[in-house]
Amino acid sequence: MVQSINSALGIAMEKDARVILLGEDIGRGGGVFRVTAGLQEKFGEDRVIDTPLAEQGIVGVSIGMAALGLRPVPEIQFDGFSYVSLDQLINHAARLRLRTHGRLHCPLVLRFPVGGGIKALEHHSENPETYYAHVPGLKTVMPSGPYDAKGLLLSCLSPKEEDPIVFMEPKRIYRAFKEEVPEDNYEIELGKARIIQEGEDLTLITYGATVRTALNAVSKFTESDSGKSSIELIDLRTLSPLDEETILSSVKKTGRVLIAHEAAKTIGLGAEISALISEEAVEFLKAPILRVSGFDVPMPLAKSEDYYIPSVERILAGIGQVLSYKS
Amino acid sequence: MPPKVVEKFEVDYVQILDEQGNVVPGAIVPKLSDRVLQEKYEMMKFLRAFDNKALALQRQGRMGTYSEFKGQEAIQVGAMMSLEEKDWFFPTYRDSGAIIARGVAPESIFRYWSGDEEGQNFPPGVHVFPIAIPVASQIPHAVGGAWVLKHRNPGSIALVTIGDGGTSKADFYEGMNLAGVFNVPVVCLIQNNQYAITLPRGFQTASSTLAQKGLAFGIGGIQVDGNDLLAVYTVICKAADRARRGEGASLVECITYRLGHHTTATGDEPYRSEEEIEKWKHRDPIERFRRYLERRGLWSEDMEKEIDSRVKLKIDEAVRMFESFPRPSPNEMFRYTYGEMPSKLKGQEKYLSRFLENSTSQEAQTKRSSARSEAKSVEQI
Repeated sequence: MVQSINSALGIAMEKDARVILLGEDIGRGGGVFRVTAGLQEKFGEDRVIDTPLAEQGIVGVSIGMAALGLRPVPEIQFDGFSYVSLDQLINHAARLRLRTHGRLHCPLVLRFPVGGGIKALEHHSENPETYYAHVPGLKTVMPSGPYDAKGLLLSCLSPKEEDPIVFMEPKRIYRAFKEEVPEDNYEIELGKARIIQEGEDLTLITYGATVRTALNAVSKFTESDSGKSSIELIDLRTLSPLDEETILSSVKKTGRVLIAHEAAKTIGLGAEISALISEEAVEFLKAPILRVSGFDVPMPLAKSEDYYIPSVERILAGIGQVLSYKS
Repeated sequence: MPPKVVEKFEVDYVQILDEQGNVVPGAIVPKLSDRVLQEKYEMMKFLRAFDNKALALQRQGRMGTYSEFKGQEAIQVGAMMSLEEKDWFFPTYRDSGAIIARGVAPESIFRYWSGDEEGQNFPPGVHVFPIAIPVASQIPHAVGGAWVLKHRNPGSIALVTIGDGGTSKADFYEGMNLAGVFNVPVVCLIQNNQYAITLPRGFQTASSTLAQKGLAFGIGGIQVDGNDLLAVYTVICKAADRARRGEGASLVECITYRLGHHTTATGDEPYRSEEEIEKWKHRDPIERFRRYLERRGLWSEDMEKEIDSRVKLKIDEAVRMFESFPRPSPNEMFRYTYGEMPSKLKGQEKYLSRFLENSTSQEAQTKRSSARSEAKSVEQI
């Protein structure tokens, strides 16, 4: 996924001179995960900027740049350090258009790695997507693999895209697996979920690194179940705005829902999706909507992170529970 | 061995007109034509009248909470004099005067403070950012804007204002540090009006001046008598010129005084004495400049009367226009949240409009039925 994101950034910068990158260690160092490797050599110090250590300043400066005509792509090095930027994002980036009735707007794309699973230090394994998804005026995107990452990021940086976007990169899949990724430009539409595989009996909704875990769980289930039931697996891709249409038509077909995310349970994205489904499709439900998620505790340190992160076994158990529910 | 001194600093203080409006010995008066001097005097008087009117409107319930700039007119006008059309101004919530001096219609400002976003839909040619309310948050915006100007429109600058309270905030340090590192054409003007709501300047920082914080950013700092229009103009112009030449950012601390309240919502002022307020009233920037003009034969009682009547006409017209603006439509908040309205918001807008329709038709029904019952009772009589 590192290479595909690097490719997307390079293509976007080639096509549009307004796209610039800024962040800590992204230029000379190529980024602590090497996501921006080679870009400063190619595009120069004025388009790939090594900034001082100043996350809220970096995002604030990006807002000024975006408002005056550039398309900045600030990077924050880790999820835990992104919270200081919420002030500038909520108070300004997300509201500039409404505040000026459209005279000014803020097309920036904030990137940072998210999630646990690499035995990192404290504050380096957060799942903060709900904080951002809750902000009207922002869009939030989280790819689940290299192919999606490139297409989604290129959409975010398309000249057609005018809104501030938070692009969260699940760090444990930066290098975990490879996929075929086209070399040139392609876009994956924002706000559209992907049905990874179709099914009739259960809708499993997930996103980010959890998609791989869910795929494993579904294939284990299918083996043990000998094909009696089939599961429809949905990768949200865009967390806000949610693809309500895809979610609801799947639920109306299957009647059973399991939502899986690494982020904490309470007021996580699963809560929003549950409310949506109950508002719009309650008469189709044959079972309560279940969530398999992180616990309502701060992300623990490395030795305990496997207790926290939803496992294949927990998702399998969730599948079993929802399928077997009889009212 | 004696310790090596690796850095020293000095902070200059600039004043051209003393409190009586006399030119301070040795001061260099900027070359401004008589006409311009009189214009700027009238502008300060107009802004004072605007500020007073805004306060009155709020007290009468005709406008919402407002933040006065009374006493700070020399900065509001002097700083804007240094800007060209291509430059960008990044104001705070206390800069209504400067925004008007920069070319925004006063009725627009009334409109904003009455709670209508349309008031900050400034005309496209007027390079003013919307006001920043979260203190100091505008500093990084101005630095980013200046970065764009440096690379795309060299010779243009960004001017950003901030209060004494603002200089304690992280955004100020991060933003101005970035300004120094990136060497961008931004002039940061600190309006030190001695108070951050109730906190006196002396409790805001242990630093002896605010200007010297510029040394931490590598850009130096200078202090100016903020109630001296000519000094503010001179120093800001110098800083602007440096920026235009590619010599980077500046920090200018303008010493002034907030004669009004923090906002109209702030109550009585037990935290400062009448004596102190009186003392600063004697340093009023408008009166000082009037004395200077008078000494130069550029002011008369007749001129004052003409200015006052012109100002009154303009303010009355601005109020009339302001009060003729319609209420925002419920569509606006949905329409301007994203570039393209997502379907979820279309649904929410429809939902709201059902209630607004119902309530209007209910109101109309109530009016009709009460008119009918009135008519009946008249008949009965």
